[in-house]
Amino acid sequence: MDLMTILSTVVSTTLIYSAPLIFTSIGGSFSEHSGIVNVGLEGIMVIGAFSSIVFSLFMSKTFGWMTPWIGLFVGGIIGTLFSLIHAVATINWRTDHIISGTVLNLMAPALGIYLTKLIFDGKGQTGFISQPLASSKIPVLSKIPIIGKIFFENTSIVAYIGILVSIFSWWLLKYTRFGLRLRSAGEHPEAADSVGISVYFYRYCGVLISGFLGGIGGAIMAESITLNFSGTTIAGQGFMSLAAMIFGKWNPIGAMGAAAFFGFAQSLAIIGKYIPIIDKIPNYWFTIAPYLITIIVLVAFVGKSQAPAADGSTFIKSK
Amino acid sequence: MRIKKVRLGGISVPLISIFLGLVVGAIIMLLSGFNPLINYLNLFSGALGTPNAIGEVFRSATPLILTALGFSIANSAGFFNVGLSGQALAGWLASVWFALSFPHLPGFILLPGSIIMGALAGAFWSGIAGFLRAYFGTSEVITTIMLNYISLYGTNAIVKGVLTSSDADSTPLVPIQARLRTPFLEKLTGNSTFHWGIVISLFMVFVIWWLMKKTTLGFEIRSVGMNEDAARYAGMSTKKTIISAMLLSGALAGLGGAMEGLGNFQNIFVNTSLPDIGFDGMSVSLLATGNPIGIIFSALLFGILKIGGLNISISSNTPSEIVNIVIASVIFFVGANYIIQYLISKIKTNHNSSKLISNSIKGGHK
Repeated sequence: MDLMTILSTVVSTTLIYSAPLIFTSIGGSFSEHSGIVNVGLEGIMVIGAFSSIVFSLFMSKTFGWMTPWIGLFVGGIIGTLFSLIHAVATINWRTDHIISGTVLNLMAPALGIYLTKLIFDGKGQTGFISQPLASSKIPVLSKIPIIGKIFFENTSIVAYIGILVSIFSWWLLKYTRFGLRLRSAGEHPEAADSVGISVYFYRYCGVLISGFLGGIGGAIMAESITLNFSGTTIAGQGFMSLAAMIFGKWNPIGAMGAAAFFGFAQSLAIIGKYIPIIDKIPNYWFTIAPYLITIIVLVAFVGKSQAPAADGSTFIKSK
Repeated sequence: MRIKKVRLGGISVPLISIFLGLVVGAIIMLLSGFNPLINYLNLFSGALGTPNAIGEVFRSATPLILTALGFSIANSAGFFNVGLSGQALAGWLASVWFALSFPHLPGFILLPGSIIMGALAGAFWSGIAGFLRAYFGTSEVITTIMLNYISLYGTNAIVKGVLTSSDADSTPLVPIQARLRTPFLEKLTGNSTFHWGIVISLFMVFVIWWLMKKTTLGFEIRSVGMNEDAARYAGMSTKKTIISAMLLSGALAGLGGAMEGLGNFQNIFVNTSLPDIGFDGMSVSLLATGNPIGIIFSALLFGILKIGGLNISISSNTPSEIVNIVIASVIFFVGANYIIQYLISKIKTNHNSSKLISNSIKGGHK
């Protein structure tokens, strides 16, 4: 393979594999900035993946090429509903955030496969979808010489949308009234409450946004990579997203960068054997690499992780 | 602002949670057109009806007791060990590897040796996370998650590349003298996979109970978990305590893995995902609220649900995943115990106040 092909393959597989992580990790940062730890991202992704695949299987005839895009939205909506469990449990019922998140992770695959078996006559996995979220070229940008071919031809459009969402989320959290209030609920809920901000409302917003984006993340994973739903469709991507969020220091753009890095590391595992020099390295090193590098980078550069001050706390409004 | 703590007998929250979890499962079965009563009957008869089934229940509870103990120790020190499955896998690999490497050693050396190697490997794996947390402040949640996947893919690479000669997907069985399953137990339980590991599990329950309640280390672990700063102020070495708690936690998870390697499967193979005993152990421990004795019953309940769940889908069309839905709901209610206690106290106070009112009315008439 020549250099151009290698570069464009690396970029496109990186984008394809990072897109699910980008959306989910941005979702995680919304939840945690509002003060609710969300280890249930994995479960939310599972539900998003399941609902988008079922939608795609039944509705692709009706919606044609629009199916995968509506499917992402369906995944997001069902993810939001599912995250409501986490919101009610942690915000109103004072459940430990990690236990509640674990419940989402236990519940989602059980419910997903239970329903799959009900819908598809006892089969543990669905059939393959006919309208996947295929890679395509971005109209104007792909005309740019060299850069266009590497970055914008045969590429994952959702990943670029994810990058835009991350910039928008950063702006939303940092500069808008909504963002400041949401963060105040996660930094010092008592102070926020004393000036009349509804901590409960903003915490609900944080968790539900993470449900929406996590559901989309799961839907992207299913619709662009696995193309069906089974117990192994989401295999740790939710946890990776959680790691990306911490890696990016709770900043949506940082989380996006970390997610892109994870995507790059995963893509090396797939295309490493076609790249000269590193094709001699046994494949399992590439499989292990993303996780190993995360630990090393976390220890060497990030150090003590600085979560929002009241992250993981239960706020009880005084009467 | 402060919540008045409602004290209930320690066992009522788990019992109410189990009941509510079963109710949620029943509602879901009703909604999908299955008969919950018949299914639950099938579940319990499938788990307890034959000696074979009972053997399987105990076998599946064996590693869960160990991983649950591991979770509860780390949790007492204030750590959330999500890495149990990776540590269990490391223990599984090490125990089988050791047993396969020295096939000619006599049983009284090989079997304990293999078990200890499993514990050491688990301890090493969680020790990395404990060390990084103690000296670099790195979040143990992230490091243990990452270590889980390194363990999964690393183990698979070793199984394919080192333990098997021709890139095969599973190793040969461990030598007979290193097996925890014996013909005697098989005969006793109608050819189930029940094995001697249950003795090790129960023994460890006792050891951990003793360690946490009667030793200085146990006291220090609990102190660090309650308030790290206060523990340091009192002169305890928090770093040492953190690392000890994580080492113990991983060793127990590793033992759990060794139970799978030497007992249940008697070999190791390429896993497509992390073993269930990690996350299930976490649930077992949460249900038992970390109490070692409670863990035994909680693990047995999980065993009953898992083994009985297989029978549900044999005798009807109900998918066996209903059992996992029940488990998730049970853990949900354990976590939401505040609302349960709140409702109970509300019912109680209503009861009392209505009594008071009726008494005062009676008094007024006098």
